[in-house]
Amino acid sequence: MDILNEFIEVAGDPGAYARRIRASGRSVIGCYCSYAPEEIIHAAGLHPIRLFGTRGDSGIAEKHLQAYCCSLVREALAESLAGGLDYLDGTVFPHTCDSIQRLSDIWRLNTSHGFFADVVLPVKLTSESARQYLIDVLKRFKRELESSFGLVITKEGLGSSIRTFNTIRSCLSEIYELKSRNPGILTGSELFSIVRASMVMDREELRGKLQALLRKLREDVPGREGRGRRLMLVGNACNHPDIYDLIERSGGQVVWDDLCTGTRWFSGMIREEGDPLASIAGRLFERQVCPSKHKSPTARGEHLLAQAREHGAQGVIFLYLKFCDPHSFDYPYLKACLDGAGIPSMLLEIEDRLPPQGQILTRIETFTQMLGPETRTAFTGASQTGREG
Amino acid sequence: MPQTNVEKKKKFRSAKRMREIMTEYYIEAKTADQTGKKVAWITSGGPVEPLIVMDVIPVYPENYGAMIGASHMGGDLCAKAEALGYSTDLCSYARADIACALEDGGPIGGLPKPDMLVCCNNICGTVMKWYEIQARLFNVPLFIFDTPFCHVGFADEARRYARTQIDEYIGFLEGVCKKKFDFDQGMEVGRLSLKGQRLWQEVLDAAAHRPSPMTAFDAFFFLALIVTLRGTDKVVDFYTGLLEEMKERVSQGISAVENERYRLLWDNLPVWYRLKWLSDTFASHGACLVADTYTTAWCGSMQYIDENDFIGSMAEAYTRIYLNIGVDEMAKTIFAMIDKYEVDGLVMHSNRSCKPYSFGQYDIMRMVREKKDIPCMMLESHMVDERSFSESQALTRIDAFMEVIRQRDS
Ligand code: SF4
Ligand code: SF4
Repeated sequence: MDILNEFIEVAGDPGAYARRIRASGRSVIGCYCSYAPEEIIHAAGLHPIRLFGTRGDSGIAEKHLQAYCCSLVREALAESLAGGLDYLDGTVFPHTCDSIQRLSDIWRLNTSHGFFADVVLPVKLTSESARQYLIDVLKRFKRELESSFGLVITKEGLGSSIRTFNTIRSCLSEIYELKSRNPGILTGSELFSIVRASMVMDREELRGKLQALLRKLREDVPGREGRGRRLMLVGNACNHPDIYDLIERSGGQVVWDDLCTGTRWFSGMIREEGDPLASIAGRLFERQVCPSKHKSPTARGEHLLAQAREHGAQGVIFLYLKFCDPHSFDYPYLKACLDGAGIPSMLLEIEDRLPPQGQILTRIETFTQMLGPETRTAFTGASQTGREG
Repeated sequence: MPQTNVEKKKKFRSAKRMREIMTEYYIEAKTADQTGKKVAWITSGGPVEPLIVMDVIPVYPENYGAMIGASHMGGDLCAKAEALGYSTDLCSYARADIACALEDGGPIGGLPKPDMLVCCNNICGTVMKWYEIQARLFNVPLFIFDTPFCHVGFADEARRYARTQIDEYIGFLEGVCKKKFDFDQGMEVGRLSLKGQRLWQEVLDAAAHRPSPMTAFDAFFFLALIVTLRGTDKVVDFYTGLLEEMKERVSQGISAVENERYRLLWDNLPVWYRLKWLSDTFASHGACLVADTYTTAWCGSMQYIDENDFIGSMAEAYTRIYLNIGVDEMAKTIFAMIDKYEVDGLVMHSNRSCKPYSFGQYDIMRMVREKKDIPCMMLESHMVDERSFSESQALTRIDAFMEVIRQRDS
């Protein structure tokens, strides 16, 4: 499938794609977080791009960060210091965890990518005052973009961006739903590439491609039921497409996720009426919460159980980067929630590289095999509760 | 014989008084269920004054964490938390407290159960996760005072947001305590709080004298009151006494470290289970750790407090504290301390327990070397979890560092 290959290509080398965008005369703004207000960047005519860091190579960051810092942050800084982000015209740091918070400082003091902004989001997403503050923060960000790039972001521009992003998000949701019902339609790593490429590609182009892909997938559905135990992947940012292959080789298949580079990024729609900034804030406020934000003490557990049930997950793999505080704090609780519901889980903690293949394969196999026999028929649970395509 | 006299002189008589106050405080807190008072667990940098106005007893898991560390119970408790599934890489205050809460272990038989939780994220994101855990365990109301991080400056919208939350906080307390907040008393508590902070700053200032009458290790000890009881007259009385003692020591020429030759600045939290060892080791080189960035944090944002409107201005003061600011802002504070205390070297504690305090230290170190031209060293530990600490490695580093300082001196 041609479109699929395009996604795979972009996901494989986001930098090359970004350089092409830049060569076409558009400024590229990078960010590391699913809370970045990409709609505003897009409405300014700039190109928002998600950054992932250079995998497994963070040596050069040692002068700034201790070894007990997560690999995402170390690799991000390393990539910048090594000159790998020469295509950027700016970076944006939404406030999330303590490590990103300090990365922002270190970044501001040691790198030069042009525009720089901290978007100091509220941490608690519960009160009206926090919502108002979030709106104000977005307003400030909009002003900063406008004055730095000498442009005006109009209400119409924002409205149109919102519609584009809504379409993208609903396409991705539907692709996820289709995959959940018929896991055979895409391999895990193909889905990974689609999402990753979506964080990189020009959003208008992306919208068309996703819609086309979706049409093909809808036709393709019959006879593509999946193999393997139905699993959910839960964690921070996943920079390891190999993990999906390993899971599939171990007799499992990922049917849903709660990842920073997965549903947490594209879940939730923006209201298309009313004040655009308030609507963008509204989505950030309501969407599936990241562990570095607070909704309620039990929000994440409830959400995980609901998703696991809706997608008939037979097991959950927690995929964590080592030294990640927000996720590590939630782990015992989330595991207990799953235990209570009779859903087995396992924790895979990775430092920067995946552990040796043989070792990780054995661990995942041991886990998947205790989940009972493979399900060979298409799962229909999701269609009863989920949206019908 | 003369040795003992010196030893005697060196001991602070206030230390005994402080132990008494802390004992009374913990007894009061532990018997709250009998006296009908409510107990709130609150983070160390949290806005405690409204609790005092409402006659709620504030309890500080972090102060308790320090006790755990100092009594060498940290490793054991942290291991218990790990058995519960908490990663070794998490803050050891949080791990130890989580383990204690589940089994009433630890010093003084555990902390009294909270009636409410007050979490202020001006120090870290860890506390938010930690208090969520305790909110699930104790099933009590949780108030989060969300203090936007101030990378550079303090944005207007952040000011408004923080200020509004003070009203929400008061509303929360009125709901839980089922009584009205007394604003006149709020003024009074605020006045006492500010007075306590001023006195604490003066106590710390005494170390600017050569030789210094106190060390950072003394400050770590005497810190407990400004953390746990600020806003009360007990604190004011106590620090008034301690300040007098400092002045006496200065006038009598009593130095905390015999033959003080070098003056050092400490950054980050203490290594609670090696206080004495570190103190002795540095002292053996004639080095006095005269000041630190940690204990200063409890009086570092007084400039933002309006004495005549404490409740109205506390939001800003609590938001702009030392840890809630950018690395370059922190570096400026450190430069100022280097000058004020006439420091010969900087000892940075790279604290695996505390990422917001530790990440950025390398950059600060570079700035200090460039701007202040003094030697810097780094020691790594998990402040409460003694299992990871290597004495021999620390010793090698300290010896090497002191050698550099000595060479520069000669
Ligand atoms: S949330 Fe976790 S993985 Fe993500 S940057 Fe923070 S510490 Fe690293
Ligand atoms: S030691 Fe650091 S991480 Fe732990 S509670 Fe204190 S500020 Fe937070």
